[in-house]
Amino acid sequence: MSDFPANPLTGFLEKTLVITEFELRKLRHDFTELITRALQPALWMLIFGQVFARSGMMHTGKVPYLDFIAPGILAQSVLFVAIFFGINVIWERDLGIVQKFLASPTPRASLVLGKGLSAGVRSLSQAIIIYVLSLLLGVKLNWSPLALLNVVAIVIIASTLFSTFSLIIACIVKTRERFMGIGQVLTMPLFFASNAIYPTDIMPAWLKTISHLNPLTYVVDALRTFMLAGSSSTFGLGRDYAVILLVTTFLVIIGAKLYPRLAT
Amino acid sequence: MTPPAPALTPSTETTLVRTAAGSTQPAPVLDLMALTRRFGSVLAVDALSLTVPSGECFGLLGSNGAGKTTTLKMLTTLLPPSDGDARVAGFSILDQAEQVRRVIGYVPQSVSVDGSLTGYENLLIFAKLYDLPRSEQERRIAEALAFMGLTDEGQRLVAEYSGGMVRRLEIAQATLHQPRVLFLDEPTVGLDPIARNAVWQHLVDLRTQLGTTLFLTTHYLEEAEAHCDRIAIMHLGRIAALGSCAELKASLEPEAHTLDEVFTHYAGTSLESGGSFRNTSTDRATALRLG
Repeated sequence: MSDFPANPLTGFLEKTLVITEFELRKLRHDFTELITRALQPALWMLIFGQVFARSGMMHTGKVPYLDFIAPGILAQSVLFVAIFFGINVIWERDLGIVQKFLASPTPRASLVLGKGLSAGVRSLSQAIIIYVLSLLLGVKLNWSPLALLNVVAIVIIASTLFSTFSLIIACIVKTRERFMGIGQVLTMPLFFASNAIYPTDIMPAWLKTISHLNPLTYVVDALRTFMLAGSSSTFGLGRDYAVILLVTTFLVIIGAKLYPRLAT
Repeated sequence: MTPPAPALTPSTETTLVRTAAGSTQPAPVLDLMALTRRFGSVLAVDALSLTVPSGECFGLLGSNGAGKTTTLKMLTTLLPPSDGDARVAGFSILDQAEQVRRVIGYVPQSVSVDGSLTGYENLLIFAKLYDLPRSEQERRIAEALAFMGLTDEGQRLVAEYSGGMVRRLEIAQATLHQPRVLFLDEPTVGLDPIARNAVWQHLVDLRTQLGTTLFLTTHYLEEAEAHCDRIAIMHLGRIAALGSCAELKASLEPEAHTLDEVFTHYAGTSLESGGSFRNTSTDRATALRLG
């Protein structure tokens, strides 16, 4: 009975969770990573956020600027950590780990999605940091359990999205040096061409168009809606969820196609 | 000095897979049919044809860059062939890759276990990925650890293991599902002689107890001579010589006394063979990590 799982879909989900489980078990043996993740968002909130909030240069309507950027900084810190996720698979490739998994009957999409989801769960530590900082700085948060649950879901999906994107880049460039270069080049445009630290309304038309093609914009919009008390979505939550879920699915499919390249 | 290894229980469900393709003839477990791989204009493996009967220990020898690892990667479905096909336990590597992956085990040359997990966890993840029945997982893992002499180290992080222990854990991991063919890429590279002997002892036991076919590449001629039923010497992507060690020695005129002479004769003495920079640096990095 055991050799061929009855249903390919349950087999796929089961294997995905096996990969996620073991990626998370690795974390148990090394906690330092969780702490280093906290540093960058803290700087953005405490320094950048405070300074710009005082300057009063950003017009964010009824929402105070610090409240406005809290979800943006969460999305940004998820992006910044996820975009370098691919370095891990390059490392695992230089060892023989990727090869051994690829020679096993595990579905390729499970290998890719399982790793992405583990990155998603890890990034929840950043959400906790942002909530603690927001609380200290007097940001008016929405504490309803449903809203919190949605924040958890969006953070996990967003991190899965960007870490799978990163994994795709790793599959293409295959070496650490090239990967680091490309990672650096990508983060800033993705961040600045989004609504993370300013509303898209104040952007020039061309940048606004680009920001509407950027999945990070929809992540930020959804996070802003659920995190802040009395906030409403710019694009509609249905559209936000649809965009980030579709992009994630698309990237996992591409990643599964490209992942075997790592073994060659 | 190695204590006799505890016995492994042959699994019942793999017997179904063992008679794949429904043939009643004792078909060869490996059948390479003009297997070819090109990288750009370079012909890495040139129309390789070869059969290996079930239960054999087969050694692939050759200088760096002769095409050994490329052959292994094609047989383990990691690299699609440019031309030709191969059947592993009756399954085609081209269009039955999934079935092939279920009946093989693969120990890559470089370190393939995860240092940030314990030995037990490294085995557990593969037990789950290969769909071992949940009720059997714990017993099979305990058996595999005992068989490889790692029972006391099971709960330790692999990062703390010695090179020989890492290799034994890798073999345990690759054989947990009792594959019909175990592919090993330079299984003893970078190990000291005692660790090398221990690894071989376990491989021999595995073959005796479960009838696992061993297909390996190696640079250690004395190991090939001691353990392989047949060897093939590869040169520029082709098989330059094939047979038992005795046959190969007899094939030279005058008859060769050592396998070294045979190797030099067939694999050439060209100093240009030495592998690419990347291969060399991987080799050395592996040796460093294991040593």
